[in-house]
Amino acid sequence: MDGQTTIWRVETKTRASTAFAIVAALAICAGLAAPMYLPRATLQDLFFILTMLALAQSWNLLAGYAGLVSVGQQAFVGLGAYVMFAGVVLLKLDPLVAILLGGIASALLAIPAGIFAFRLQGAYFAIGTWVVAEIVRLLVAQWKMLGGGTGTSLPASATRHMQGVDLVHRMFGFRPAQAVDVVCYWLALLLAVAVIFMVYRLLRSRHGLALASVRDNQDAARAVGVDARRLKALVYLVSALVTGLVGALIYVQKARISPDAAFSVTDWTAYVIFIVVIGGIGTIEGPIVGVLVFFALQKLLADFGSIYLMVLGLIGIVVMLFAPQGLWGLFASRTGIQLLPVRRLLRGGPIKN
Amino acid sequence: MALLETHGLTAFYRDFQALFGVDVTLDAGETLAIVGANGAGKSTLMRSISGVLINGARQILFDGRPIGALAAPQVMALGIAMVPEGRKLFPSLSVEENLLIGRYGRATKGPWSLETVYRLFPILKERRNNPGTALSGGQQQMVAIGRALMSNPRVLLCDELSLGLAPVVIRDIYAAFPAIRESGASIVVVEQDIGQAMKIADRLYCMMEGRVTLSGRPSELNRAAIHAAYFGADS
Amino acid sequence: MNWADTILQGVLLGGLYALFAAGLSLVFGIMRLVNLAHGDLIVLAAYLILVLVDTLNLNPFIALVIAMPIMFGVGWLLQTYVLNRTLGPDILPPLLVTFGLSVVLQNGLLQVYSADSRRIPSGYLDTASISIGSLHVGVMPLLTFFSAVAVILILNRLLYATELGRAFRATSDDAVTAGLMGIQPNRTFAIATGIAMAIVAVAALYLGTRSNFDPTIGPARLIYAFEAVIMGGLGSLWGTLVGGIILGMAQTIGGAINPEWQILAGHIAFVLVLLFRPRGFFPRAVD
Repeated sequence: MDGQTTIWRVETKTRASTAFAIVAALAICAGLAAPMYLPRATLQDLFFILTMLALAQSWNLLAGYAGLVSVGQQAFVGLGAYVMFAGVVLLKLDPLVAILLGGIASALLAIPAGIFAFRLQGAYFAIGTWVVAEIVRLLVAQWKMLGGGTGTSLPASATRHMQGVDLVHRMFGFRPAQAVDVVCYWLALLLAVAVIFMVYRLLRSRHGLALASVRDNQDAARAVGVDARRLKALVYLVSALVTGLVGALIYVQKARISPDAAFSVTDWTAYVIFIVVIGGIGTIEGPIVGVLVFFALQKLLADFGSIYLMVLGLIGIVVMLFAPQGLWGLFASRTGIQLLPVRRLLRGGPIKN
Repeated sequence: MALLETHGLTAFYRDFQALFGVDVTLDAGETLAIVGANGAGKSTLMRSISGVLINGARQILFDGRPIGALAAPQVMALGIAMVPEGRKLFPSLSVEENLLIGRYGRATKGPWSLETVYRLFPILKERRNNPGTALSGGQQQMVAIGRALMSNPRVLLCDELSLGLAPVVIRDIYAAFPAIRESGASIVVVEQDIGQAMKIADRLYCMMEGRVTLSGRPSELNRAAIHAAYFGADS
Repeated sequence: MNWADTILQGVLLGGLYALFAAGLSLVFGIMRLVNLAHGDLIVLAAYLILVLVDTLNLNPFIALVIAMPIMFGVGWLLQTYVLNRTLGPDILPPLLVTFGLSVVLQNGLLQVYSADSRRIPSGYLDTASISIGSLHVGVMPLLTFFSAVAVILILNRLLYATELGRAFRATSDDAVTAGLMGIQPNRTFAIATGIAMAIVAVAALYLGTRSNFDPTIGPARLIYAFEAVIMGGLGSLWGTLVGGIILGMAQTIGGAINPEWQILAGHIAFVLVLLFRPRGFFPRAVD
């Protein structure tokens, strides 16, 4: 061999991803400044998009990467929201602190829920998570101090005195109710970006590589020392934490809660699954595409009630049968473009990439 | 006209090509042996003929009919039965039920029935109600052969009968072959054991890396030629 | 609380749950498919029977006889054109497609029938009861239970004493080798789902006559069916009956203590059984 030593590097960057990183940074800056130039209604729309995006990324991590198909994430949305309510209404906490509490409570719930659900495989795991959600919903509906089966509202004074509302009021001159919306919006932006960043980092780390190996061939993965169970448990826990935080945040903005709404399978599972499936399961870009499509459809059809849901269901079925990689998957397989690439590329040697 | 013949048979597993133009002929009443090392393409050939793999329609002819593109249930109904590699008995069925299921797609009358199969392999009658997989390897092989015979096939394909079995058991199984030949079936046997193949076959094909490298009657072939065809000329 | 009466009601309720579950158990046993729309299909069948009863002025049991072949056809078509495309090593497609189907069914029924509660009239049978010792037992709950037993008996005979049943079991073991026997797996699956839907029609009759129903109650029935199957053990039809009875008893006992706890009691029993018997009571040896 020749006397030169070649230095090999494992990288995930591509040209498209570098370009995207710059665009994304600009978009985030624009997003932060949005309250200055966007009307309140648009901010509320963005809040909805960002929170659904965070939920979708979390579900995608669970189902698309860890192979854990949960139809019970509403347990964490609901519990996170209810614990937040308890924190504000019963413990007189600042809603921001209460949101954190909600997230922690959801993560704690994930421990017994996971111990139970992990005894089941595949489709039965899915329904097991649903049973857990039903149990939590039924128990919470017994919580008379938070309105029992009919629910309750957040006192306006609590949200108006939330950290940051005053700041917004002074910065932009908004009235308290609108200022609350702005703070919630910023939190949603923060959460969505943080979740995407976290998922991206996770998948690029060795844990992400381990996850991919488990998804592809669990036995082979175990043969090289990957602890599949621990990894999946970790992902389940993290997913619960994120879902709880998002759920709590959503209900700070809604300010009114009831067990049927907070634990709704339609709102927190059906819509999320739709977003991920249409966009492209198993990719980070997929849910981003999915949430935009979902939002557009909702704007167009929401007045049509059950027809709207039927259309969503039918589109979901058709996509799953004929284009299971979703819209982003179709695009990426045609063009080879990855904006948030997690595939490892070997660079540096004589072979050109 | 040959009973069964392949013409330039190619086979693919996704992008991987396993057969590169294989020509094999089976005449009525013959017993053929296909030998070769692991990965030579022998099982792929069996799977192609039996319809587990789909090929070009005219690449496989049965009685002059193109069957290459037919799926397993249709091929089986025409009278080509396979004893698959690894036996592949059904664990949820008893020995007798495993035999009976062999007639599901082709209930043709003929020399083979539960009674005559039990006469060929008496040990199976004792174990008729045991679960299919609760038997020794050799007995399972007998069930697998009996199961294929139940459809009174015109062609019997046997994929690696001796895999994992002790020599004395292998002898017992091949001892049943004369009775099978007498009943009128033409047989194709895939074997890694050349000696065994030479003993029972009328003609022999040797394969390597997806191609036929040698063919002829056992009496015409010498060890050296087979060795070269089996392993490759340089080894 | 009258223990004897409560337990008897629970056992009889178990018959209804076993009917919900029997079709699910059959389909899962043969093709490892869990149809998340199963509960909604029960509701669909209930509306079908209701329409037959209302428009043709039929006795509900006669309506059932007509509904069963229709539902068989629905199942056959569903499996052939939709569900067979989802089968394979990946668990996502069947789950997500049947979930989408559940959403479509519920909302389709909502569009056509609105959210009003309906009930299938059964005339005098509604309130008829017989006396066993000191207990009064409703005729319909008794019929439900015996129908469940009959269905499971027939299914078992089908599976273990017929050629079709052998084909079902062989296909569930190894679909490729089953093909070598002349069995066409896709057609076998279609027949299995068809049979499951015929059983769903029976379940729908007893559901619809027993209590009010509306398009949204499907998912809850799915969960009960699922709980019965899992507690009984995958692959055992009698186990499914046992699972249904355990669920029924847990619910009625819980409900007798406090009506608000009825459904919760059933879920708790399910969790407890799974914690101590992760594979259910009568799991199949081979899986």
